[in-house]
Amino acid sequence: MTVAPPAPAPARRHRPPDPRAHLSHRLAERGIDRTLWLLLPGVVFLVALFIYPLAYGLGLSFQPLKSTDPLYNYKQFFTDHLQRDTIGTTLRISLPAALVNVIASVPIAYRMRGRMRGKRFITTMLVIPITLGTVLTADGMLKFFDPAGGWFNKTLFASHIRTPDQPVLLINNYWGVVISLIISGFPFAFLLILSYLSGIDPSLDAAASTLGASPRRRFWQITFPLLAPGLAITFCLTFVLAFSVFPSAYLVGNPTSTTRVISIAAYEARSVETNDSKASTIALIMAVIELLVISVVLFGRGRLYRGSTGGKG
Amino acid sequence: MSEELAAVEETARRRGSRPIVWLAWFLLAFFFVNLAGIVFSAVVDSFGDNWFGNWLPQVWTTHYWSDAWHAYDLGQVLQVTLIVSVAVVIVSVLVGVPASYALARRNFPFKHAIMLVFLLPVMVPPIAYGIPLATAMYKFNTITHVQIANSMFGVILANLVPAIPFVVLTMTPFIEQIDPKVESAARMCGASTRKIFTRILLPLLVPGVLAASILVLVRTVGMFELTYLTAGTDSETLVVKLFDSISGAGIRAPQQSDAMAVLYMGMMLVLLVIALRFVNPTQLVTRVAEERDA
Repeated sequence: MTVAPPAPAPARRHRPPDPRAHLSHRLAERGIDRTLWLLLPGVVFLVALFIYPLAYGLGLSFQPLKSTDPLYNYKQFFTDHLQRDTIGTTLRISLPAALVNVIASVPIAYRMRGRMRGKRFITTMLVIPITLGTVLTADGMLKFFDPAGGWFNKTLFASHIRTPDQPVLLINNYWGVVISLIISGFPFAFLLILSYLSGIDPSLDAAASTLGASPRRRFWQITFPLLAPGLAITFCLTFVLAFSVFPSAYLVGNPTSTTRVISIAAYEARSVETNDSKASTIALIMAVIELLVISVVLFGRGRLYRGSTGGKG
Repeated sequence: MSEELAAVEETARRRGSRPIVWLAWFLLAFFFVNLAGIVFSAVVDSFGDNWFGNWLPQVWTTHYWSDAWHAYDLGQVLQVTLIVSVAVVIVSVLVGVPASYALARRNFPFKHAIMLVFLLPVMVPPIAYGIPLATAMYKFNTITHVQIANSMFGVILANLVPAIPFVVLTMTPFIEQIDPKVESAARMCGASTRKIFTRILLPLLVPGVLAASILVLVRTVGMFELTYLTAGTDSETLVVKLFDSISGAGIRAPQQSDAMAVLYMGMMLVLLVIALRFVNPTQLVTRVAEERDA
């Protein structure tokens, strides 16, 4: 991704002598004029703080600390099962969490797509977990799901669903991380899908209803095809959130085994082993895997119908 | 949406009440009950003592609050959080809004490539670019002896990486919906570029800019990974301190991290109340452009 700023050099000669006037005129016809200078600060910032560090990290990943083989870090990552397995662990946590978030959101958002009493209240309540973030959610979960004294298990004991010697364990394991990802990811997915749904023209549904289509058929044949591209985007965005899970995997998970996700491996390589080269390698592998999953989903989306009513955003 | 259509939809929906619908409502209610439990567990715990085995603490106290305040020097932490997030908001708006204007108004070669540059930081996990970024910053420290990493300046720079694309991605659709004819008309009437900007564009942009800034503010206060990777001990924001105190459990009373968590929660809720005055809840995750019909 070596992106040059869009030919600002010619645009600079905006008030030149006669022969050049033709050039700037011709460029303006193709959309290159002084307005593009407005892009420069943003592009400079991102090239310096995003593209350059990634390139630097890529270079660093080929300069291992302990070997002269440039591919040493990559070989080691894929042969050491402690490292390699973090990919599977991350996907085992993030894919189900993202799927649950999207699938649970659809029926609820579908019910709330039109005008409804209390809609603004419910949406406001749902924004709260998004703003609280994973660190705070983790702190609350540690108290609430505490196997001995947390309110969740106390309720189960009091209602005789479980006995105190068999509490439901929802923290410091796989489920803790998935729950934390659902708490912050479900509202996010829900609000996105609600906005896509409200972008679908309701007269289409009404027309189908007039022609005698049952509610189920209207959903599957009218709304769902129009919503599908939006669902793909929503899945991607919740997946990004779930894939980069770091604080919750550390705090409410079991960061040494079942929730040793790839971000923990990268972080440990950096802070515990102080091996920047290895840490950069893992970080880049992480980015590549995530972008692979997203491009698979978006490739699928490209094959879906994208009409003018296919949602907005 | 017309009233009639809404009415038709409403009756159709009432007729369509099925078990699955009740299941959906039940799941939503279950979600909220647990969420409330999680939030109030932390709140009650921060004020309570000696409640092992009981539903509520036996002793109510505020001394964990004062302990946490002194132990983590929260006054200074709040100050850092404020400075970092306000700086990120100002810079990202100053840099992002002009870029979104260019992207909204012009078609030019390599536009897709530029869009990709603005889209990637939103798509790539913060840890994945944060680690190389922090490494590059520390390298810069050792070469030039200028403190970038380990300082507030570095934290601000790192937080700009997701903030600028966020402003661009939310403001571009907002500017697209402002009719360019307004600008052309002003120019026809003889307005200079500067006048068009101050008299025409700026007033129209204010609602969008306000919405984008409050969203960036919320995100920056909540951004954990990038701040964690680039901050030194005296440039940590509240959320990083909170993580430190939870992960270092056993060293200090867990109630102290609860007090900090409640403080953080209060701060976020104040921001949220302010945010919801300017944007509606769906916009917090989607886009800034106001929908007339919603």
